Amino acid sequence: MEKGPDHGKHRYGMVIDLDKCTGCGTCAVACAAENNVSVRQDESDKERSISWMQIFKITNGKPYPDTEVSYFPRPCMHCEEDGHGHHTSPCVTVCVATATKLDPNSGIVSQIYTRCIGCRYCQAACPYKARYFNWWDAYFPKGKGLDRYLTPEVSPRMRGVVEKCTFCHHRLMRAKTRAYAEDRREIEEDEYITACTEACPAQAITFGDLNNPKHRVSRLAKSPNAFRLLERLNTKPKVYYLSTKDWVRKLADNYLPDEFKPLS
Amino acid sequence: MDSPTHSYGVKRCSPGVFFLWTLPWLGILAWGGLSAVLCLWKGLNQTNMSNVFAFALWIVFDLAVIALGAGAFFTGFLTYIVGKKELKDIINAAVIIGFICYSGAMAMLGIDIGQPLRGWFIFWHANVHSMLVEVSFCITCYLMVLTIEFIPIILENRTLQKVRELRLFGHNLHEIMAVFAATGTFLSFFHQGSLGGMFGVMYARPFAARGGFYIWPWTFFLFVLSAIAAGPLFTILCTKLTEFITRKKLVPDQAVQSLAKISAWLLSLYLVFKFIDTLGWANSLVPKAGLRFMDFYREGPYGFWMVVAELGICGILPAVILMIPKVRQQQGWLIFAGLLTCAGIVLNRFVFIIVTLAIPVMPFDRFWSYLPTWQEWGVGLAVVGYGFLLFSAAYRYLPVFPKEPELNPAAD
Amino acid sequence: MTPFSFEWQWNIDYLLFMGLLYLALTIVGCGVGFALLKTVLQLFGFMRERHF
Repeated sequence: MEKGPDHGKHRYGMVIDLDKCTGCGTCAVACAAENNVSVRQDESDKERSISWMQIFKITNGKPYPDTEVSYFPRPCMHCEEDGHGHHTSPCVTVCVATATKLDPNSGIVSQIYTRCIGCRYCQAACPYKARYFNWWDAYFPKGKGLDRYLTPEVSPRMRGVVEKCTFCHHRLMRAKTRAYAEDRREIEEDEYITACTEACPAQAITFGDLNNPKHRVSRLAKSPNAFRLLERLNTKPKVYYLSTKDWVRKLADNYLPDEFKPLS
Repeated sequence: MDSPTHSYGVKRCSPGVFFLWTLPWLGILAWGGLSAVLCLWKGLNQTNMSNVFAFALWIVFDLAVIALGAGAFFTGFLTYIVGKKELKDIINAAVIIGFICYSGAMAMLGIDIGQPLRGWFIFWHANVHSMLVEVSFCITCYLMVLTIEFIPIILENRTLQKVRELRLFGHNLHEIMAVFAATGTFLSFFHQGSLGGMFGVMYARPFAARGGFYIWPWTFFLFVLSAIAAGPLFTILCTKLTEFITRKKLVPDQAVQSLAKISAWLLSLYLVFKFIDTLGWANSLVPKAGLRFMDFYREGPYGFWMVVAELGICGILPAVILMIPKVRQQQGWLIFAGLLTCAGIVLNRFVFIIVTLAIPVMPFDRFWSYLPTWQEWGVGLAVVGYGFLLFSAAYRYLPVFPKEPELNPAAD
Repeated sequence: MTPFSFEWQWNIDYLLFMGLLYLALTIVGCGVGFALLKTVLQLFGFMRERHF
């Protein structure tokens, strides 16, 4: 690894190629299964259901036959800055009980469920709506066998606390443990990827260390087609998107008229 | 009728009438109690709050009653620190109203958090960078101060006065009230401010975000100013309501006019700063986020009328009414202006809480609406019921209005 | 909240915030303590009682 300002630190991040994304939803399903996301019998109340990886459908707004559709899969952005250049995320600064932290060694924004008091200030502060509150007790239907699929490495959440995407932090722990057992100091690129990355059938999601120039994410994030959601708010998300379509890129942020600069 | 529990020289209704008067308020309290039990037992799914409306009716109620309860600390500051002696005739009422507002807000917050049993984490695991931590610490400490300010009033009850220990303690506390008033002013300044700061620091929500001074966004100072402008007016409104219900004059005009005049100046000052802030925000932060001022007023029912209502009808209009001594001295106009100002402050809090959350930040996100459930109304209105009950009981048994016997000599 | 709790950091933010908090609590505590002490002294006749 090259010596840089962030030497010794990892910054795990994600690049999602929207031109490849078909909107199939496999990432969302894989995420929910991996992370023991509770379900409800009726999931139609979308304001109160939990989806760490949520997929937003967007269109270019043109009538047929010029209509184009794209999808924004949205995990937690694991923001790095609080908008004033401080190394902390919008949700982390506001949390009253220090229940959410930006880990300086991995760049992952954690959520400590047993510490969260459920005041929901973090939800108000997050512009990506990436944080979810447990309005009900956790429920995994027993008769359907769902309880047997629970991931033992991920703690289920109790009612009244906020949860969100952790970049499958338990997988990082697992990879680190294995590396330690094998007497290695660093983990390989493919040893730690998130469940959504692994599941995406179109391979639209790439995951890795943005600080490591050998990782594909660090190259993809520098692509001229790369952009981030609501970049102008200066939250410095670690989730990048790729798209060659200008209308998609334009929908990722707010622009004043004539402010958006098309690539093509 | 006279009773050994009432103050000397005042007339109070019979116990039967008083009992009937408390019935509607007890009813509201029962409704609120049922709602609270349901929310604590079954969870916050009893409300219509959602991941979009993480803050909802209860937070609006909280911020509203805390702003309106600011009359307690500000009147205390004017009475004991600045030395406005005429306000001694209204300070007791201000303290009791403040106590009702703050204790009510604290109780409501206890139900609002998802894990009430972990409430103490705010203190023990405090993140000092969070504005809400500043709010929690200052509100809790200030409620302690308000309780200490309330105790001497309780101990002035005619029966309690006969107990020498209590009488002495009450007098001794009252003698050093300036110390508590000063501490209360300090604590109140910071929590009124940080309640505004809470929204100003949400820089990822361009509608609420503001620039500021050091760690405090401009909303910090605007919330302090608006609270000290509206709080005393709310105290006046409450005393006027008491006067209307009891059909007695309870507070000399001098005290009311003195408070109203101060409120008028503060409200005008607040409006000047609010306009500067709005203009500054619309021309710096908003375009920086790629938005225009009017973009925020397109969602659902939240149109530009809100600005007109908040700053025009409930801002400039009452400020003008209160600024003119001759108009302010007429009771009808004073009450009208007070009502408008208080409504404006509640609307301001509503805008910062509900509208901020309702406006989607991501361009492809949709607008969601929210209507509270009966459980939310129950808990919210319980504070009103509790307020009426406590204030009625205080009026009945304590010398809340020291000039009452003097202003109503017929009662002797 | 105290230097013994897990989150405590020895930096200016914590010292200022908690310092002011404990200052306010101390002032309030001293005030109530003073009133209590004075009452006890008056009750046992060590101090003169003012008549209102």
